[in-house]
Amino acid sequence: MLEGTVFKFGDNIDTDLIIPARYLNTCDPAELARHCMEDADPTFAGRVKPGDIIVAGANFGCGSSREHAPVAIKAAGVACVVAKSFARIFYRNAFNVGLPILECAEIWGVAAGSRLQVDLANGRIKVVDGGQEYQARPVPPFMQEIIAAGGLIPYVKARLAGGR
Amino acid sequence: MGRIPQTITQKILSAHAGKEFVEPGELISARVDVLLANDITAPLAIREFERIGVQIFDPAAVVIVPDHFTPNKDIKSAEQAKAVRDFARRHDLPNYFEVGRMGIEHCLLPEQGLVVPGDVIIGADSHTCTYGALGAFATGVGSTDLAAAMALGETWFKVPESLKFVFDGQPGPWVGGKDLILYAIGQIGVEGALYCAMEFTGPVIENLSMDGRFTICNMAVEAGAKNGIIAPDEKTVTYVQGRGRRPHRLFRSDPDAVYKKVYQYDVTGLEPCVAFPHSPDKVRPVSKAGDVKIDQVVIGSCTNGRLEDLRLAAKVLSGKQVHKDVRLIIIPGTQEIYRQAVKEGLIETFVRAGAAVSTPTCGPCLGGHMGVLAKGERAVATTNRNFVGRMGHPESEVYLTNPAVAAASAVAGWIVSPEEVR
Repeated sequence: MLEGTVFKFGDNIDTDLIIPARYLNTCDPAELARHCMEDADPTFAGRVKPGDIIVAGANFGCGSSREHAPVAIKAAGVACVVAKSFARIFYRNAFNVGLPILECAEIWGVAAGSRLQVDLANGRIKVVDGGQEYQARPVPPFMQEIIAAGGLIPYVKARLAGGR
Repeated sequence: MGRIPQTITQKILSAHAGKEFVEPGELISARVDVLLANDITAPLAIREFERIGVQIFDPAAVVIVPDHFTPNKDIKSAEQAKAVRDFARRHDLPNYFEVGRMGIEHCLLPEQGLVVPGDVIIGADSHTCTYGALGAFATGVGSTDLAAAMALGETWFKVPESLKFVFDGQPGPWVGGKDLILYAIGQIGVEGALYCAMEFTGPVIENLSMDGRFTICNMAVEAGAKNGIIAPDEKTVTYVQGRGRRPHRLFRSDPDAVYKKVYQYDVTGLEPCVAFPHSPDKVRPVSKAGDVKIDQVVIGSCTNGRLEDLRLAAKVLSGKQVHKDVRLIIIPGTQEIYRQAVKEGLIETFVRAGAAVSTPTCGPCLGGHMGVLAKGERAVATTNRNFVGRMGHPESEVYLTNPAVAAASAVAGWIVSPEEVR
């Protein structure tokens, strides 16, 4: 069970907002984390604490295919992103790098600064003070296999070792 | 069992999954023909690939094009480019393209015949969807997905639902592929095709050149699509003949294929379109642009850096001068396009008009180099994204147009139709 403070962002948060291209001359996670969400909220990287949760609107992570985006969010300490919907490349990338994400159409009702409890296994989301509960869309079984293996690379390694 | 109707996207994925039929929503493992990465996404892919510790399934299938921050813009970029170059040498990759012999990836791969109709192509670059113009299934992925596919020669896909866009009618002057795709994105919004295939059809698409078709499919991702696709026809086959390095396969949608939605657009009288900051779906006709004074114009990119685009720009710029308050930067998409533009006198026209002409690079499109914007500056660009901070300072602005409007705006100093500077 995850628990963290909500940082809220709107619809169509693109990868240029998540990690501007001017910082893509490195793929060092710690350095990317220092500039995470910089053009959406320049104070974010300084305020976010390990375990915090990003709540966003529709089409989160749209734009480029840069995997630096979920890498930066994860390295910034964010435990989970819950959005109305995700852009498809970001969706794959997040699973592949081990950043948990959940799709939940009603999540927009959650206020910034509130504390959320998220159960990744069943997609249940609960506001700590207030008790409202939300149900995220279940993660497809195929994606759960990748997570269970510890990400895409361990999954592929296991597959190659097993001769499948 | 009778034949089950399929879209072109389903048919290509079926063929690569070793199946007769795949249905939308189905998770499949599909063989990939071409895998692409650039100087920004390859370093991460290489790191992940080396964690697996195997050989590349087919070195000839991997294409690496260092095009984003090259020619190296700073020391860190140089280090990244070097790491990618070293990897290409270590693995003897025949399709690594060095500065001076390269191009912007999505202009280069079709031109070099590395991607052909019927292919499944994945690229660690979101605009990989460009190759759908050849009647191929092409989609952007992240670096880790690419790394896994480099080891396996296959990847998993969720078969997308298809949206059909039928373009009919007689569009107005100076309207090209860029305007058609901006119009469609303006209609459906930047999440209008989320997770779906966008299939472009109709007489207007049939009349378009290959360059125009590449532009349309290139921006499918700007509507959230997984891929953009156009059925191959004689133009496609003519384009591929003599350059395709592998045999191609022509697929077409069955007439009774199932679509999530069909959009019918009568584009009669359509004007060139302008996407206003900060989203590609904030589209207006150029006549309704108002007084937008500009500081810079960029003509180029994987969207509009092809020969036809440069010809259009030259047609507008011929005998004209760039406005004294505007910097015009023109970037041919590949070395071959550059060479042809020299031969046709287009570069002469650009230099005479007072434009800066650059070697192929993605540079300014993503605010990398070769034309980064200062606070408060405004640019017209033939590129594909106008997000906050896309070309530089978070308080700069980008207006997306076709090459003719961009060239005309460079002459006028504000956004205008090409008709106004003739």
